[in-house]
Amino acid sequence: MNYEVVIGLETHVELETASKIFCSCGGHSAANEPNDCVCPACSGMPGMLPVMNKRVVELAVTAGLMLNCEISRYTTFDKKNYYYPDLPCAYQITQINHPICTNGLVSLKTSQGPRDIRIKQIHMEEDAGKLVHSGNSSFVDFNRTSVPLIEIVTQPDFRSAEEVVTYLGKLKNMFRSGGISECEEGAMRCDVNISVRPEGSEEFGVRTEIKNMSSFEAIEKAIKYESQRHIDAIEFGTEELVQETRRFDDVTGKTSAMRNKETEADYRYFPDANLMPIVIDDEWLEAIKAAKPTAVDEKAEEYREAGISDKEIDMLLANNKILRLLDDTVALGCNMKDTAAYILTDCMGILRKAGKTISELDITAENLAAVIKMVADGKINRNAGKKVLIAMIEDGADPVEFCKANGLDKQVDSSAVESIVDAVIANNAQAATDYRNGKVKALQALFGACMKELKGAGDPTVIKALLENKLK
Amino acid sequence: MTEYITKICDNGNIAVDDTILVKDAVATAGSKILEGFKPLFSAEAVTRLLDKGYTVSGKTATGEFGLDLVGEFSYYAPQDGNLKGAAAELVAKGDVKAALGVDMNGATRRAAALSGVDFLKPTYGTVSRYGVISCAASGEQLGVYAKNADGIREIMDVIAGHDSKDGTSLPEEKYDYSISAVNGKKVCIVKELLDKADDAAKAKVLAVAEALKADGVVVETVSLDVFDLANTAWQILMCAETCNNVSRYDGVKFGHRAEKYRNIDELYVNTRTEGFNFLTKTVILYGSDVLSKNRYKDCFDKSLRVRRVVSEKMAELFASYAAVLTPVCSKTSYEDYDINDAFIKVFEESVFTCVPNLIGAPALVTSGVQFIGKNFSESTLLSLGASAEGKGE
Repeated sequence: MNYEVVIGLETHVELETASKIFCSCGGHSAANEPNDCVCPACSGMPGMLPVMNKRVVELAVTAGLMLNCEISRYTTFDKKNYYYPDLPCAYQITQINHPICTNGLVSLKTSQGPRDIRIKQIHMEEDAGKLVHSGNSSFVDFNRTSVPLIEIVTQPDFRSAEEVVTYLGKLKNMFRSGGISECEEGAMRCDVNISVRPEGSEEFGVRTEIKNMSSFEAIEKAIKYESQRHIDAIEFGTEELVQETRRFDDVTGKTSAMRNKETEADYRYFPDANLMPIVIDDEWLEAIKAAKPTAVDEKAEEYREAGISDKEIDMLLANNKILRLLDDTVALGCNMKDTAAYILTDCMGILRKAGKTISELDITAENLAAVIKMVADGKINRNAGKKVLIAMIEDGADPVEFCKANGLDKQVDSSAVESIVDAVIANNAQAATDYRNGKVKALQALFGACMKELKGAGDPTVIKALLENKLK
Repeated sequence: MTEYITKICDNGNIAVDDTILVKDAVATAGSKILEGFKPLFSAEAVTRLLDKGYTVSGKTATGEFGLDLVGEFSYYAPQDGNLKGAAAELVAKGDVKAALGVDMNGATRRAAALSGVDFLKPTYGTVSRYGVISCAASGEQLGVYAKNADGIREIMDVIAGHDSKDGTSLPEEKYDYSISAVNGKKVCIVKELLDKADDAAKAKVLAVAEALKADGVVVETVSLDVFDLANTAWQILMCAETCNNVSRYDGVKFGHRAEKYRNIDELYVNTRTEGFNFLTKTVILYGSDVLSKNRYKDCFDKSLRVRRVVSEKMAELFASYAAVLTPVCSKTSYEDYDINDAFIKVFEESVFTCVPNLIGAPALVTSGVQFIGKNFSESTLLSLGASAEGKGE
């Protein structure tokens, strides 16, 4: 018999805010040492009250708009009760009754064709801290406590691990380019709800939930393992399936039971009286809409039309910083396709040689635009342009200053170039003869000699063409 | 009786209940669970008073988390037959000009009534709760004890007004606490509530009514059967919120920690078994129960709906009357009693005090009686209080 896998996803995404969700502590990414970013509020001391960080609401709404959600105009917070040493108040502030966004839709392109995933809701909540175990002791680090999260809950609309990974990749691209989250390692975590049913069946099978996975690879492996486990249980009766929560072990590649429905905690949710309901009026919503970056789909379309390849588009969308550099440079009057090539070919090549990654690229749009324009206007040649880029990337050089200091911007008129080419041919008679006799390689020596005379100025293609013409 | 848990200075003019934080002064909320806890900051109300040149004499004993009748079950100051409340007593004796207390389940109002001083439970959101050791966040409010209405006005003028550190703080910077003539105002006595008091407590209400009439106030008796319902709803919400708010006291971060434990669960259980008194434990059990999946809808959720109904019923009264005049306690003094009986005793007495906590309305205790008004009617309540002063004795 053929089986269909049914999957629903809960994805937690850490938001890029300057401070935590209910206090003014910096986010944990600002922390160097354990408990660097902690105050009486986020460590649960009595007397402190949570005060809502407005930016969290705006980012959650922006995420909702990106995922085509309805935005709630009235949204409230609830408390979720459980004891754990990394949860200082013994409750987590989250949203149950009135989440900020509902009823969204994400369209995916998969190898099986297009697919629509319905978003049930997006809610805001605070993260918990972290336990560090050492020998017989455990230590608590509250740096991550109260870092803002959104949780995106889908309907059970996925039918394969591939769809899940495509969806997560899309979320990641959207959130990075939209300034919602950098989605770095651990900042995007998933709970996967999974069940299996005979193909064509309308009823759902027994559902299990695999908790807290942060790498796409683990998620894919876990789904494959878990769905096979379900199929084996149904097909061969290898075990009795029960509704339960499971964890995935990266090393063994297997899932194992954590707790079943009977022993599941009762979180005793109830409204948080310390946080007033948030009302999102027309004015605020319009302001958030106006500030929302172009949706990733529209962005990709724009790039595609400019002639940028799909592979390059993916590279651009995966990195918010690069995306901004491209857009800002284009805004300064540079050609989009050229700019993309400068960033993805030249800059990336230079960085790779230095053992760095594209995220370490630290140049301004103004400087990049200056280089591109100098080359486009023929003020310097492409090679000189590359030298300028190296100086900019490695030494933070100013492009115009650098050209002046190194004589790269020397204006070379075509008659000067021609006389130099003539002189080189005259001084290298042997090479000229060799070339004329069919030794193609000889041209390279002549070209090199010209470049040396011109000290890097002059357009290489023009010089080559001149040489070829004169040696015909 | 032990009045101060921590003495701060000899000539201070403000006493602060141990449920309110004063920077660097040990704050316990009367509980062993917070033994030795030194706060890093002062409550906003305390800071505002210090900024205006007031001085804090010390931290006064309260019952554990303010859950008892008047402060009899403090871990640090066991009851000694004088059930009146430490802060109220200090104000009555004239040792301090005023005191700050947290009104959550009526303990501060009852203490004021039994000690013969005034206490104002302000409108919810008008005084910052920043620095209050919180239990029932939806209805607790920091209030003021003073000798008379004018003493309360003086302190309220300093402490009330918006505080950005409290998300429930209302936006207004200033409120009206002025005292003026009361002639022509209408006040009602609710029959159902008056009948719950004994003759001595009733007599206080009737004496104040007579005094008000002499000042030109119209006093009428009305019937409104909503107080038992309101009390049940408030006890449910109060227990649920308290259970949740005290769950942070787990021995991991501060306060008391059990000496003997083999794992994290034992650390929690042993610490909390040793740290809380019987009354707090009872409240935690009730609170956990009303929030549990099976009971939430019929208990907690229904209480939220009752809160709206009571609010509407009271609004109807306030449309005709400037205030409701009620007893504060069922009698005029309390004797020692066993902590095992505390939950039900407090529950029975809270029928007089629950409505202001449930709906956020202000209440003034003066001359052993209580005036309840609509939101922001403190000026009217203080004016009525000034007129009634000393007349309930």
